[in-house]
Amino acid sequence: MSELWRLSISDASAALARREISAVELTRAHLDRIEDVEGQVRAFVTVTDQDALRMAEDIDRRREEGEQLGPLAGIPLALKDVLSTKGVRTTCSSRILEHFVPPFDATVVTRLRNAGAIFLGKTNMDEFAMGSSTENSAFFPTHNPWDLERVPGGSSGGSASAVAAGEAMGALGSDTGGSVRQPGALTNTVALKPTYGRVSRYGLIAFASSLDQVGPFARSARDAAMLLQAIAGHDPLDSTSLNAPVPDYSAALTGDITGLRVGVPKEYFGEGAEPGVSEAAQGAIETLRGLGAEIGACSLPHTRYGVAAYYIIAPAECSANLARYDGVKYGLSVRDGDDDPTAATRAAGFGAEVKRRIMLGAYALSSGYYDAYYLKAEKVRTLIRGDFDDAFGRFDVLVAPTSPTVAFKIGEKVSDPYAMYLNDVYTIPTNLAGNCGVSIPGGFSDGLPVGVQLIGPMLGEATLLRVADAFQRVTDFHTRWPDLPGAKGRGRKRR
Amino acid sequence: MSRLMSIDRAVVDHVARLARLALTEDERDRLAEQLSSILEHINVISEAETSATAASATVLPSRDVMAADVARPSEPVAALLANAPAQEDGYFRVRAVLEDE
Repeated sequence: MSELWRLSISDASAALARREISAVELTRAHLDRIEDVEGQVRAFVTVTDQDALRMAEDIDRRREEGEQLGPLAGIPLALKDVLSTKGVRTTCSSRILEHFVPPFDATVVTRLRNAGAIFLGKTNMDEFAMGSSTENSAFFPTHNPWDLERVPGGSSGGSASAVAAGEAMGALGSDTGGSVRQPGALTNTVALKPTYGRVSRYGLIAFASSLDQVGPFARSARDAAMLLQAIAGHDPLDSTSLNAPVPDYSAALTGDITGLRVGVPKEYFGEGAEPGVSEAAQGAIETLRGLGAEIGACSLPHTRYGVAAYYIIAPAECSANLARYDGVKYGLSVRDGDDDPTAATRAAGFGAEVKRRIMLGAYALSSGYYDAYYLKAEKVRTLIRGDFDDAFGRFDVLVAPTSPTVAFKIGEKVSDPYAMYLNDVYTIPTNLAGNCGVSIPGGFSDGLPVGVQLIGPMLGEATLLRVADAFQRVTDFHTRWPDLPGAKGRGRKRR
Repeated sequence: MSRLMSIDRAVVDHVARLARLALTEDERDRLAEQLSSILEHINVISEAETSATAASATVLPSRDVMAADVARPSEPVAALLANAPAQEDGYFRVRAVLEDE
């Protein structure tokens, strides 16, 4: 069978269980695909090809011996380089962690390992997950497989591009203000931010701890459900992890959304979105109506304060979290000269955006400004949470655009930090309120993918996935592939 | 709200000290300008009516989480020191804080 990398996780899982294909064949197909297109896409910071093949051989041997393996056994995945992997360099795409090798696995990594998943490598990101384009990587920008001159979104742009390009069957990212959903929208992938606390943050390198959440990328809602199933659940190592039962997400995919109450928040359909984006969201609303959902208007009146509250709370928490990079216990250390070695280390190790956020956060927390900024932002967070509580009193899910724009050109927004921040205007409120959201392929605008966002209440992931799956049963946006010639297709010499 | 103001070089230097960040001349100028511009946008937050609103530091109900009081083996010292920029006799090596030993 050729082009195994085009399989869905669910189909590959079935083929592996029937022994029609082996985990080694499937893994090799992905490593070959990486070799073919990675020179153009640049999704990976580190490819762990030898480890991946060893893991695949182990899965094949265990299956041969008759062991009953779970649905992800032998499925090749990619991990955002913000997730600690024991013995494998974990950089956060930062110079300060360029040579850091964690002595432990993040809980989500442990869970996928125990499920038999194969790790292909670690994906590129905006440094410390701060950004919306993956251009803030200290190493190199990642390219969007749908147009190599454009960004894949961010900060989980490497994971998004890897899945969109067929370099991995699925991937994990992290979403603090939209860093899973927005790159999902820009790359035509399904990208889910779970409820805060649904998935363990242990071993996820901290950016803004009250907002960070790990989430999956996949090419269908069905595949995303399988990944979420593996990573969700209580973890004693994360004190903010929710001790709530994990439903059977795949069983929730009934295809039936008759009578489902879908809210359309008017604040998400203003002048900020490109016409192609609004049209795709309107189209999705009509598709859901056609499937039997009841559509109604609603309002999230404090949406206009979301970006401001986020750009106080997230930098404030980042300024505290990143205080640990002092050049003493791990990471880069600059000790020459008479200067303060901590300040010198941080000057050399952090990129421009990380410094900007640390400064913004330290300012918002500093004496004299705390009440006007930080405390005010935390009050606004209460108001935004209240908006969602009101809306979910009347609706099961909300539908809106994911990102106000399609993928933009590399370099287009780097000189204007605030313009970059506005990419997350529709995703940030969900992080502030703690509820869940998923971006699904909703159409194309001038050949570029448009994401549609489904927003759910606390622990509403099963409903989100049911709606996304029902939508995908009657649409084919998610089945389309970017036209990536690859090194072979171009007749270019392979790297 | 007169407190919400733009950022000059003196404020940048003060905050950089708090954040333990050494900045170049160029960075000091750029940050003063960029942070002022970002704050201009962020200041919209002062318009939100919050006089009767409580602050939320987290979206979860505030509670203490207790771990079981069970001894577990710790990571081996060598594993924890493997990433240390400098080490000596099983310790992290740092610059002396107090002068003259």
